[in-house]
Amino acid sequence: MTGSKPLHSVVCIKQVPDSAQIRVHPVTNTIMRQGVPTIINPFDLFALEEALRLRDRLGGSVTVLCMGPMTAEDSLRKALTFGADRAVLLSDRYFAGSDTLATSYALSMALEQIGRTFGTPDVVFTGKQTIDGDTAQVGPGIARRLGYNQLTYISKIRELDPAAGVLTVERRAEGGTQVLETRLPVLITMLEGTNEMRRGGIDTALAAAKAEVTIWNAAAVGIEDLTRCGLRGSPTIVKKVFAPSARSEKAVMIPVEGTPYESARAVIEAMFARLPDVEAQLLETAAQSAY
Amino acid sequence: MADTAKPAAAKANAGSRAGTKKELPDHFKAYRHVWVAVEIEHGQVHSVSFELLGEGRKLADKRGVELGAVVMGDDRAALDAAAAQCFEYGADVVYVVEDPALAHYRNETSTSVLTHLVETYKPEILLLGATNLGRDLAGAVATTLRTGLTADCTELAIDEEGSLAATRPTFGGSLLCTIFTLNFRPQMATVRPRVMPMPARQEGRTGRIVEYAPAIVEADIVTKVLDFLADRDSDKANLPYADIVVAGGLGLRSAENFQLVRKLAEVLGAEYGGSRPLVQKGWITADRQIGQTGKTIRPRLYIAAGISGAIQHRVGVEGADVIVAINTDPAAPIFEFAHLGIVADAVTLLPALTEALAARLRVNRLAS
Repeated sequence: MTGSKPLHSVVCIKQVPDSAQIRVHPVTNTIMRQGVPTIINPFDLFALEEALRLRDRLGGSVTVLCMGPMTAEDSLRKALTFGADRAVLLSDRYFAGSDTLATSYALSMALEQIGRTFGTPDVVFTGKQTIDGDTAQVGPGIARRLGYNQLTYISKIRELDPAAGVLTVERRAEGGTQVLETRLPVLITMLEGTNEMRRGGIDTALAAAKAEVTIWNAAAVGIEDLTRCGLRGSPTIVKKVFAPSARSEKAVMIPVEGTPYESARAVIEAMFARLPDVEAQLLETAAQSAY
Repeated sequence: MADTAKPAAAKANAGSRAGTKKELPDHFKAYRHVWVAVEIEHGQVHSVSFELLGEGRKLADKRGVELGAVVMGDDRAALDAAAAQCFEYGADVVYVVEDPALAHYRNETSTSVLTHLVETYKPEILLLGATNLGRDLAGAVATTLRTGLTADCTELAIDEEGSLAATRPTFGGSLLCTIFTLNFRPQMATVRPRVMPMPARQEGRTGRIVEYAPAIVEADIVTKVLDFLADRDSDKANLPYADIVVAGGLGLRSAENFQLVRKLAEVLGAEYGGSRPLVQKGWITADRQIGQTGKTIRPRLYIAAGISGAIQHRVGVEGADVIVAINTDPAAPIFEFAHLGIVADAVTLLPALTEALAARLRVNRLAS
């Protein structure tokens, strides 16, 4: 499929709020977004590092792609300082309110435009999921739309032969690791903790500062039917956002009196009063292990 | 799932669209019944599939429709056994898909089989486990069918018109939201293991079997499974099915202090884990994370030490029979859903608990 051309990887990244925990106003129950700094979704860094390693090993180039508001350019510049070769920002008000289906549509159109402009991607990477949406659905969505072989939860790329277009990977599955062989092009969602993000060098930082981020809107990537984008292109509708109510039965608070040991005994007393069978089981286990 | 990169916008839009329930397009009106895509690996049905059958049964009864289960594999005996179990856990119909190419899970084959079955039999709701397998499959199937998919639901409800209300944590787990897929079918959702209770097994209950032989040509399938490396047992943290769980949070202040959690867990014969920030700090591995994006637990006893109790943590532990919370902040949200609470420093109280418990178990054993 790729012949002898150099490997082109594209890493899809998302800019997310730095704190996984967005604060909620205690009185109004609205989200307090003011002053929350943004970062590259941490899971995406494992994808970026893996793409950079492939390039270091096999040659070729790494493009980073981000869909988001214009301020997401910061995250793309950060990716460039780690050593990505070029950056593309996909930004348009028509994308606002996209669910995962509409997001994978816009991104797959951008990936096709990247193919026409910079060369067809052989490997598209995403993180396992984002820390704000946590759905893990956009990667599979892109794979399906582009017709790429879908490889989720990849812990290791064992071998990749760009000339033959063949790769072998390790995939995290229930109770073990699947070893899969497949063909390029592929979409890989990278498992966390599988590599460690490099520190960018001074030279890459300087190059990144001068690099130009390509900015495309819907029209620039060939999207003609805007009803497939944003809220209108999203089959899911968020009808209600709310804070859960407290349990009707309040927690029984153990008073703190005396030493920590005395407090501990009071906690244990209350705990086992509710779970006599658990205590009985523990006593039985203790008795068995003693003899 | 709405794009949470723009929470404020999503919320505003949600409000403005709340009343826009259009009539379901005609070609979707034939969609009926509730389905569960059953997860089988190495011949065993994953228990999340039974939990989903329990939940699916409630939805199907409310709607007055059938509950279907889809089982796929290459081994006739394993498929028959799985089908029998599905009936006992509530299925009315089991779609049995047998093919040598389905010996191991592969996205390509499972997506094409499940998509074909949905297009043929038209279920209005399709549920999958939010496991690596279920998420891999659900994302591909939903995109192929161009329908809505809601991940990691903590609550499912249905109205008279068959609209599925799927509730899940949002904004990084700081709030809950309810999501609908009003104008598309099937309405798809994934649910994590242990979020829903295990339904009672009705021994001897049976139902109808519908066979499907997809006649997959192995040579046409690009991806090959070369090997499966099973985890060593010692590596496995069995948090979801543990009877007692002890967990720590940032209130422990240092990675060294996390040892206090492990020591208490040891005395109790418990599994141990931690809140999400501890994974981010590298104090614990990701497989010990408790909460929406980690493991959901349903133990008899759960002790949370120095955990504030954000919503994403809460939804992962609410199934516990008794939750004991230790936190220095009396206003910590964990006290809103704990059964027993103590305002104390976990770093001081944990060793005291370990010592007092060891003494109690020793003394009572001697007494008896």
